[in-house]
Amino acid sequence: MDTKLNKYSKRLIIFNGIFILFWLTISIFPFLWTLWGSFKVKADFFSRAEWTYALTGFNTLIETGATTTVKAYVESWFEGEFWRASLNTMIVTVSVVSISLFLGTLGAYALSRSTYKYTFYILIAALIFRAMPHITLVSGYLFPFFQLNIWGILPTTIIVLVAINQPFTLWLLYSFFKTVPKELDESALIDGCSYFQAFRYIIMPVMWPGVVTAGLFSMMLAYNDFTVTALLLNQQNYTMVPKINAFLGTIEHGGNYMWAVSSVVSATAPLFMIIWFFQRQLISGLTAGAVKG
Amino acid sequence: MPHKTFFWFILPTGLAMILFIGLPIVSSFFQSLHIETEQILMEVENCDPFGCKTNVRVDVEATEKLRQENPLGRFNGFGTYTDRNHLAFDEIGEAWNTSSSMSEFKDIVLNLPFYKALLFTLTFCFAVTPPVIILGFIVALSVNTLSKIIKGFIVFGTILPMIVTPLIGSLVLFWMIDSQGIIGASIQILFDDPNLSLKASSNLTWITLIIYGIWHNTPFAFVVFYAALQTVPQDPIEAAYIDGASRYQRVRYIVIPHLYPVATFIMLICLMDNFRVFEPIIGFSAEGVAQSLSWMIYQDLRNENKMLFGSAGATSMLTIIGIAFLLTPVLIRTWKEFRTER
Repeated sequence: MDTKLNKYSKRLIIFNGIFILFWLTISIFPFLWTLWGSFKVKADFFSRAEWTYALTGFNTLIETGATTTVKAYVESWFEGEFWRASLNTMIVTVSVVSISLFLGTLGAYALSRSTYKYTFYILIAALIFRAMPHITLVSGYLFPFFQLNIWGILPTTIIVLVAINQPFTLWLLYSFFKTVPKELDESALIDGCSYFQAFRYIIMPVMWPGVVTAGLFSMMLAYNDFTVTALLLNQQNYTMVPKINAFLGTIEHGGNYMWAVSSVVSATAPLFMIIWFFQRQLISGLTAGAVKG
Repeated sequence: MPHKTFFWFILPTGLAMILFIGLPIVSSFFQSLHIETEQILMEVENCDPFGCKTNVRVDVEATEKLRQENPLGRFNGFGTYTDRNHLAFDEIGEAWNTSSSMSEFKDIVLNLPFYKALLFTLTFCFAVTPPVIILGFIVALSVNTLSKIIKGFIVFGTILPMIVTPLIGSLVLFWMIDSQGIIGASIQILFDDPNLSLKASSNLTWITLIIYGIWHNTPFAFVVFYAALQTVPQDPIEAAYIDGASRYQRVRYIVIPHLYPVATFIMLICLMDNFRVFEPIIGFSAEGVAQSLSWMIYQDLRNENKMLFGSAGATSMLTIIGIAFLLTPVLIRTWKEFRTER
């Protein structure tokens, strides 16, 4: 029965294959093209005369003596101080992930175990907070931060990103903790554990799958953020994404444009690698709220 | 869980959310009621051999002093909301009185900054969402038929546009579509028109931005649909098969109805997320012809020397009102879900 149901006609298989190839081209090709082009000079990657120059490296050969060059990478990392930006991104990402998981697991655990009505209102409030466009929050931060003189530094941005991230983390971990059987920690409570001890010794060892998923989303938010970092950090403390935007803003000499291209590759490569490893958790997280529906 | 324990568990996260999400909204509102202090002018008499002239000049010292005393500026009530850059009541009233036809009135209104941005934001939202849902569903259906071995790689490839931040995603596309990039240059050769480019007309730019939006959002719809497809019950499908339903009929009458709730979920999230569209405008350097509400706020805050807190606050409040409209169905849905759970 089952085999017949899932047997596809030849035409469907072919059609399907073509469609998938077409879709993959659309979704992957732009990245491959950028990766390829980042090893060329600007006259090739943005060649008005002949697009095949980008493939053959015609001008790259003339300018550098080889068909590929890492000039843009070397220059953007050292002369353009992209190393500083990536260091900042690392600091911000690691801090945001660890702090928001710490706060989020505590809060979500309490929300999932309390039977009072206010948990519902807290979750609804979190949902409303989640919907707020980040830029409207930033417009509220700037003035007080200037007055308190805490604008431009990394710790402020980290705390802001943690807070912005909390609603989603709470919801994700809340639905995860709901699937952890209540009896597990209840029996610990009966044996005389405090709630915190039950959390520490009973829940923590079993919560890692949910935490990895939540951590992944926190990481993506912190790593990818442009709105908050561009407006709350000063130039020295820029993370990678606002730094790339800054490269674009200064097109005094042709080289800078290629700096942006190579930086885009430098910034996306680690992200893609992490997602490649944690793909399953990412997908389970995205669907957590939706599929029950 | 007793109230006291609950309180201590929720305190850190609650504090973070109240301080950095709740308060900024209040602060934004407070800012929107104020306007930057005006420069204090003074009259200076300049005498030269040809006579004396009185010039008006900015009194830098006095202005600076006033700014120091009152950094937020002076109280303006809802003045900022109704000024030319926001709701523009006066301008609309005038346009209503002077314009001879409806289309002329429409032209004037849609050239006011706020309405221009609102028009783009809404167009973007509503043009992107339906194709995203349809395309996401088709991709999910077709990935679902593949064998397990290649599925992992294909799912990874499919979600890439969603993983990268919108700024990088739009840059990557922009570099190809740009008149000197691979696609842009090819199109020019194809149509034999060296002036044809993305920036040539505002319509083309809008279409490009919308295509980018579809590219960026489809993976999300795909992932959700793909997961939902795994939950479709097999029994009705088998029954339909025995009754002689074709593959198309099985999808149309069993799978799609099963996925309706999921589709509404995707639609609402998509509308809400796209309402904040802003980074692609920067990535595509489309500021000239396409402004969104978020972009207006960014523009007010970008200049470090002269930030327009009042204007940004007012636009923020108006954006939040817009979000509230889109959020209401989501809230009602969540509310119902909770009711049934209890």
